Amino acid sequence: MASFTLRVNGEPRTVSVEPDTPLLYILRNDLELNGPKFGCGLAQCGACTVLVDGKPVRSCVAPVSTVAKGRITTIEGLGTVDRLHPLQRAFIAEQACQCGFCGNGMVMSAKALLDRTPRPNDRQIKQALNGHLCRCASHNRIVRAVHRAAEELRAAGRRGAGAPPAEASLSNKEMRP
Amino acid sequence: MSATSSGTVSRRAFLKASSGLVIGFALAPRLAIGQDRPAPLPGSLNANRMLDAWLRIDPNGSVTIFTGKIELGQGIGTALSQIAADELDVDLKRVEVVSGDTARTPNEGQTAGSLSVEHSGTALRFACAEARDILVSAAAVKLGAPAAELKVSDGAVSAPSGTGVTYWDLARDTDFKREATAKVKPKPPAEHRWVGKSIARRDIPKKFTGGAAYVQDVRLPNMVFGRVVRPPSPGAQLLSVDEAAIRRLPGVVAVVRDGSFLAVAAEREEQAIRAREALARSARWGETESLPPAGDALYRHMMSSTVPGETVVEKTSPVVAAPVKTLEALYTRPYQCHASIGPSCAVAQWQDGKLAVWTHSQGVFPLRAELGKAFGIPPRDIRCIHAEGAGCYGHNGADDVALDAALLARATSGRPVKLQWMRDDEFMWEPYGSAMVMKLSGGIDAQGNIVTWSHELWSHPHSTRPGASAGVNLLAARHLAQALAPGLPADVPQPAGGAARNAIPLYDFPNVKVVKHYITDAPLRTSALRTLGGYANVFALESFVDELAAAAGADPVDFRLRHVKDPRARGVIDAAAQRAGWRPSARGDGTRGRGFAFSRYKNLACYCAMAADVEVDRKTGRLSVTRVVAAVDAGQIVNPDGVINQIEGGIIQSTSWTLMEMVRFDRTRVITRSWADYPIVRFTDVPEVEVVLLNQPAERFLGVGEGSQGPTAAAIANAIANATGKRLRALPFTAERVKQAMA
Repeated sequence: MASFTLRVNGEPRTVSVEPDTPLLYILRNDLELNGPKFGCGLAQCGACTVLVDGKPVRSCVAPVSTVAKGRITTIEGLGTVDRLHPLQRAFIAEQACQCGFCGNGMVMSAKALLDRTPRPNDRQIKQALNGHLCRCASHNRIVRAVHRAAEELRAAGRRGAGAPPAEASLSNKEMRP
Repeated sequence: MSATSSGTVSRRAFLKASSGLVIGFALAPRLAIGQDRPAPLPGSLNANRMLDAWLRIDPNGSVTIFTGKIELGQGIGTALSQIAADELDVDLKRVEVVSGDTARTPNEGQTAGSLSVEHSGTALRFACAEARDILVSAAAVKLGAPAAELKVSDGAVSAPSGTGVTYWDLARDTDFKREATAKVKPKPPAEHRWVGKSIARRDIPKKFTGGAAYVQDVRLPNMVFGRVVRPPSPGAQLLSVDEAAIRRLPGVVAVVRDGSFLAVAAEREEQAIRAREALARSARWGETESLPPAGDALYRHMMSSTVPGETVVEKTSPVVAAPVKTLEALYTRPYQCHASIGPSCAVAQWQDGKLAVWTHSQGVFPLRAELGKAFGIPPRDIRCIHAEGAGCYGHNGADDVALDAALLARATSGRPVKLQWMRDDEFMWEPYGSAMVMKLSGGIDAQGNIVTWSHELWSHPHSTRPGASAGVNLLAARHLAQALAPGLPADVPQPAGGAARNAIPLYDFPNVKVVKHYITDAPLRTSALRTLGGYANVFALESFVDELAAAAGADPVDFRLRHVKDPRARGVIDAAAQRAGWRPSARGDGTRGRGFAFSRYKNLACYCAMAADVEVDRKTGRLSVTRVVAAVDAGQIVNPDGVINQIEGGIIQSTSWTLMEMVRFDRTRVITRSWADYPIVRFTDVPEVEVVLLNQPAERFLGVGEGSQGPTAAAIANAIANATGKRLRALPFTAERVKQAMA
């Protein structure tokens, strides 16, 4: 066992684990974060994706020792139900899932994409998410959600403020129960 | 039919039954009356007849509805809350949904067959209408005004004089502990405020913010983590294993070995995974060649089965002219996986001889009964509580893992166990959608009309869920030293059908024969995969309709319309063709083409027709489905976006089944272990999808969850034939097969 102080969603978190422990189990079990999911344990499906220094990483195969120095961001670090990140708001507005199990990875890789490509086209979105599997087949909705979030982020950029507008972008009132 | 006519029909049935009772009363001795069955009630009310089983209204202003159907990403919780809010006249936000808990909810069997809105929605609609009536009657007494003059707005009842009282005031003195009568007519569609609208699903926000949304997120105090070590092949027996060495590994809390069942629990999840690997390395198994041949030989093997054909339907019209042209074709479908993104998981805990299980089973009550049989304890000592899993699309490992967790939890001294399967457990041991063979033959007369039709099929079982038969239908049971065998599963009876689901054409052919060979001797475990036999049967049926249309020189859409009278079938065929811009008898250009298909799921649920566009790279065999336009008639629509999501998801999932998916095995082992062995569609493979909804507010609810898979396969096959002149009849249409066909 070794002690690691991780920076997760801006907070220092200390855990005592074997150095080769995949990051996923620390996030889910020690830090009780539900966002990253166990899907395959083989880096094949993308459900476990988190950002390390802004880059998507498959946490199911990333030994903690290799990411301990990075800034780790999970979907919990993007926003909350009360204060959604534009990507989360867009995925909800587009109802871009059925079971939602893949949603974490989709959002996290989309975040990395929009950070480097603020105005992606369909092809760029599909390429960026092509390593993520979705079994309920919400692909087209997911692509629409990423476009929608990109638009909101660009609009916020134009206003010069980092802060997204509060609940405003849910255009259809009925979409909110 | 609408809420109204749904009420009418049900009431007609009800009155018929009651008048039967009355006559019985007059003519029969008293004793016989007691034996009469109670009057039928609509939907699941029939089996769960007390109003308080369905809803509760509390003085604090909350409304809770209870359903035995469970959320699996299809949005059922939201749809049911829409129905309840409308009948009760309360705001949608007030309605809490409690689902799938053997201690709290009605028993509605399995959440399957695209029946949740039909079963649970209908029950809640009548129960809530009746509850509103009871509350308004109570308000009338309190306010001294006739009930007919009272208005309700979000639970506040007001009289014309301006006086009022709320449901919450009335709640304390209102007793819903009474049998439903279903005599209160639900609202006409024009008065619906929530039903018919695309209300955002209530389960989604937590799924995108890291909320506790799944059984994988259940965390109990003092919980340990479990893994199972399955045999390497279906016929394997455990010979030896060094349990003691594994017990010494870091964090290991328990190792369970019972016959060929092996599992391990550890303090930490990664420790459990390592211990599983060590156990697997240490275990010695005796394996046998128990599996059938693969490839084309599999289908020959199935067709050589000695199981006699059983006639599902036979219709003859002797006056019809003999066919001038006849065709015969053989279609095949391989074993296919549910392939949930998250492997199956359960949390189990034993306390004082009682078992609690958190599960993503589609049927908590049938699972409870099965666990009762496995452990030899009464179901009342078991509580099964539903929590969502990853999408399952039928009977995957959800139920099996519940038994695994419960077996392991017997060895952890009361500590709860969270047991999750690994990826290879899921791929190797989930019950597959059965391989199938369909032999179609048919003839056309001189006018180019189909006059004879025959569909003979070979299939293994499509439902071996808990409760589907005697015995214990949970995987680990057959591996225990005191093995509990699964029962012999009966096929799902017609009209829904299992193996022969959708094998009976909805077209008006004068001579029809459908025969099934239902082969229960299944070396690979099979069970319900979305649509059961419907996917393969519609693939074959709708491909063959196109083959006959080509033989008759007819346009596929026109040919279908010529053979179907049902106006709703015609409605979706017309709508899909129109929206797709169907050009009659247009030929593909050698690489690009368009195909059409239609079915009504189970011949009972939603109607769905579609046109699919494909592009074939003749050199590489690579096939792209570029666009699909579908039209759906699902009767009255509760949540339009929910319907679109189901149909669209079904089309894309079926595109994946149709282009790529096949379980691989040799004579001993399943060799499909990971996503590398079982590719599914990715973003760059996904067609554009457009769904046209034909809302029928005056018609009853028709299930949509499985409406689009069958037609998708056939529309793709028909599009390939349209594009290239080549007919593909063996699923899946891999690049290799397409290339071969083009050669």
